[in-house]
Amino acid sequence: MGIISKVHPVRSHSNAAQGGINAALNPGDTWESHAFDTVKGSDYLGDQDAIEVMCREAPEEILHLEHLGVPFHRNEEGKLGTRAFGGASQARTFYVADITGQAIMHVLYEQLMKYSDLIDRYEEYFTTALAIDDDGNCVGAVTRNVRDGSMELFEAKNVILATGGNGQIWKPTTNALICTGDGIAMAYRAGAPLMDMEMIQYHPTTLAGKGFLITEGARGEGAHLLNAKGERFMEKYAPNKMELASRDVVSRAEQTEINEGRGFPDGTVALDITVVPKKRIHEALREIVLVGRDFAGVDITREPIRIKPGNHYTMGGVKTDVNGATSIPGLYAAGECACVSVHGGNRLGANSLLDTLIFGRRAGAHAADRAKRIDWSRPSRAILADEEAKIGEIMKRERATGRRISEIKHELGTTMDKYVAVFRDEEGLTKALETVRRLKEEAKTAYIDDRGTVFNQDILGALELSFMLDSAECTCIAALHRTESRGAQYRTDYPERNDEEWLKHITLTLDGDEPKIGYAPVTITQWQPAERKY
Amino acid sequence: MAEYTLRVRRQKPEADDRGPAGPYWEEFEVELDPTLSVLDGLLQAKDRQDGSLGVRCSCRAAICGSCGVKINGQSTLACLTQIGEAQERANRLARETDAGADGDGDGNQPIVVEPMGNMPVIKDLVTDMESTHWKKIRRVTPWLIDDGNPPERERIVPPETMVDITQTIACIQCGACVSSCLSMEADPDFIGPAALAKAYRFVGDPRDVDTEARLNDLAQDPHGIYDCTHCFSCVDACPKGVAPMDQIMRLRRLAGHDHDIDDRNNGRRHETAFVKIIEKKGTLDESLLLQESYAQGIKGKLKPSKAAIKGLLGSLPTAIRGIKTGKMRSLPKLIPGIHPKLPGDAQDHVKRIYKHAEEHREELNLYISGVEDDEPAEVGASAETTVENAEERRDS
Ligand SMILES: Cc1cc2nc3c(=O)[nH]c(=O)nc-3n(C[C@H](O)[C@H](O)[C@H](O)COP(=O)(O)OP(=O)(O)OC[C@H]3O[C@@H](n4cnc5c(N)ncnc54)[C@H](O)[C@@H]3O)c2cc1C
Ligand code: SF4
Ligand code: SF4
Ligand code: FES
Repeated sequence: MGIISKVHPVRSHSNAAQGGINAALNPGDTWESHAFDTVKGSDYLGDQDAIEVMCREAPEEILHLEHLGVPFHRNEEGKLGTRAFGGASQARTFYVADITGQAIMHVLYEQLMKYSDLIDRYEEYFTTALAIDDDGNCVGAVTRNVRDGSMELFEAKNVILATGGNGQIWKPTTNALICTGDGIAMAYRAGAPLMDMEMIQYHPTTLAGKGFLITEGARGEGAHLLNAKGERFMEKYAPNKMELASRDVVSRAEQTEINEGRGFPDGTVALDITVVPKKRIHEALREIVLVGRDFAGVDITREPIRIKPGNHYTMGGVKTDVNGATSIPGLYAAGECACVSVHGGNRLGANSLLDTLIFGRRAGAHAADRAKRIDWSRPSRAILADEEAKIGEIMKRERATGRRISEIKHELGTTMDKYVAVFRDEEGLTKALETVRRLKEEAKTAYIDDRGTVFNQDILGALELSFMLDSAECTCIAALHRTESRGAQYRTDYPERNDEEWLKHITLTLDGDEPKIGYAPVTITQWQPAERKY
Repeated sequence: MAEYTLRVRRQKPEADDRGPAGPYWEEFEVELDPTLSVLDGLLQAKDRQDGSLGVRCSCRAAICGSCGVKINGQSTLACLTQIGEAQERANRLARETDAGADGDGDGNQPIVVEPMGNMPVIKDLVTDMESTHWKKIRRVTPWLIDDGNPPERERIVPPETMVDITQTIACIQCGACVSSCLSMEADPDFIGPAALAKAYRFVGDPRDVDTEARLNDLAQDPHGIYDCTHCFSCVDACPKGVAPMDQIMRLRRLAGHDHDIDDRNNGRRHETAFVKIIEKKGTLDESLLLQESYAQGIKGKLKPSKAAIKGLLGSLPTAIRGIKTGKMRSLPKLIPGIHPKLPGDAQDHVKRIYKHAEEHREELNLYISGVEDDEPAEVGASAETTVENAEERRDS
């Protein structure tokens, strides 16, 4: 067994998860309640069988993490304590101050060190492509060792993608520079369908310009949203849940305030954390104190901080079943790169870490079981030669022939943030798609400066860009195709939810050079679609 | 928007048509808002001028721990250092060093960016953390050792213990402390600030059952907890308030005081001597310190052991350096008996601190109690950090 990661594993983006992880573990809470909140949050696009699995297994997962050593916050009795989060009918978010993701990931890395004789780590190895055999099974992956540039073909009975989201397609974004959706694009290129790609979450509280996130935990602890007139505007949009409505609802409310001239001149509204007791801020939101101080120059314990909706999370990804299996035998996906779909049209805060853990474990168990049952199938070494040739070609490109990678990346990001954001319409989406297609052409001749083998980040940037462009194209096409408003997809030209026509997933499968549109049904078990009110 | 010059210590890993392998300096002109970071500046240079400039980075928000570098000589994160502030510091440093010189020192000086110290460089600002940092992390058995019998539900533990170890869990493994550590420079085998902070994460965790063995291991290792010289560099360098030195001091207190571990390194005796002398004299008498740590009673009835004499002789160079640099009082004052007492009621103050420390055992958790300014800060810290370093702490 081996783990391949393009950065040292503890640098992975999961460490950015501040707020926490959901589970119905408190007395009086039930997994059904958690599941219903998730279904409602998803605007009824989530698959209820998958949501049931996730919510039922959540408590065990939290306890397992606790036993491994995650120092979850305790209440006065020394038992696990919770905080409130958006879209949830109960406080069921377990947390470690506001470094939950980091704490969990570091503890899991401790376990990797502990079991180093069972699991090999390939740290700073960049995967460039999946190896598919003649029968259509996934049988390995090609990687580039970042430290010395050597290319290698890893053979495996199963490959599990856990490559994270693709937020870098947007600029700004709360996502780290490594979130370029490599796995999503690699699976797509190998022929696996992608699903729900139009569903892109804009988080309600990000720092303008820089894209840094202020955790939802801040609102969970009681912080208010105010417009430039000092009004607590959520009263108008979600009188019951106020600031703790679903993210799509809160982001739209903010953007409406801003668009209608009630925001600040810099296109923001304010988040007032000063209403939270100071001691509690320092204990539970200290990372935010630092973010405010270091990145915005604001002491959040004393004054409100300016925020706006910003790109944050991709609900869509590689289509899988509840065991993480994709349509390609031997290829699994879990976490943000996958679409089970438990998040549907809108993910609830603190459900994503849970998604990664539950379906990561299930994918692992299923793959291990499959490995026992099947024989080895050797990948053809041709794929290695192909990948080497692809990289060789990029390295050889002349400067005079094209644009810089960074220029293309910048244009992609600003275009997507303009047209494929909180509010969308046909005109904008069409523009975005045209731009993406032009950039795809331009990327073919874009040049890099670094021709070396050791730590050549330039070549990796070129590969990431091509992955990003593939996902971006799928997102634009799906968003154009869905002519209704549901969850994170709000079409100003089709402002209503339309269950009759659109209570279904859009899938995208590579066909020649372009994605082919298909559909998948939404699984409904016990909760019939209803109007969403917060 | 403002213009800045980044003077980057680069290292070419392999020879090519642009030149031979090896280190060199290169300056990049960048233009950005002063509130953006040095990392933003480096990325702009990389994006617009030279894509081969190597620097690890990912989160841009001091979370992932990728971008440890030295800026104007200080170990830190590139994404956490505002470029405007870095500029001011570069100018200030130039003024201080050029104090006497005329003319230059005015205007903007280049902001100097170098790879982290105490680690081999792979390329440009990218260092080999595996062979230095991670190897040492693995040295401290970095996983929870529980009783092998987890309860059905969670383990019930005092809530403050979880808050306490969250300070060390907050470590992002960036290596800035390792880069800045003076002991590490002198002894590359020193386990070092980050790994020892990681060790405290388990020692302080009530769910871990191997506390005594861990402490014994870290105390007996000649490159362990007693190898730290209290230089504070790691506390200054750490971007996440982990305060590695404080964690090391807590490990020492647990080892020497609570678990009575007598180490082979004379660490505990040195520390006991330290505390005793200050209690008696109200201030540190370095002349007594050496003698007390290595050979209690050398002037009295007890005969020092061979090892003690060896230790004492081994310390002579340090003592001489101490006198030279003024850290230790000059020779005439080394004569026992004439060590001056502290003026006024200072001696009483010291006594009161001791009394307080003995009666209240408060663990220092800077991360939490240190930032709370509504209530007066509690007297925390082990006695020796409070007394010895109170002043430095105020400065830092
Ligand atoms: C700022 C922020 C705050 C968040 N807060 C929360 C929260 O409070 N609660 C919550 O539940 N969710 C939260 N989320 C969402 C959640 O953090 C992510 O969705 C989740 O961590 C994704 O985990 P992952 O394992 O899928 O991917 P990641 O953690 O991103 O890991 C991806 C891994 O894949 C590797 N990889 C990628 N491409 C390649 C390649 N080509 N070759 C080799 N390796 C590769 C990377 O090196 C990395 O190790 C937050 C997200 C952000 C951005
Ligand atoms: S205080 Fe100790 S651990 Fe920290 S830098 Fe100085 S010598 Fe190293
Ligand atoms: S203790 Fe601080 S400086 Fe050292 S590795 Fe951890 S976060 Fe970085
Ligand atoms: S880029 Fe992540 S810590 Fe600086």
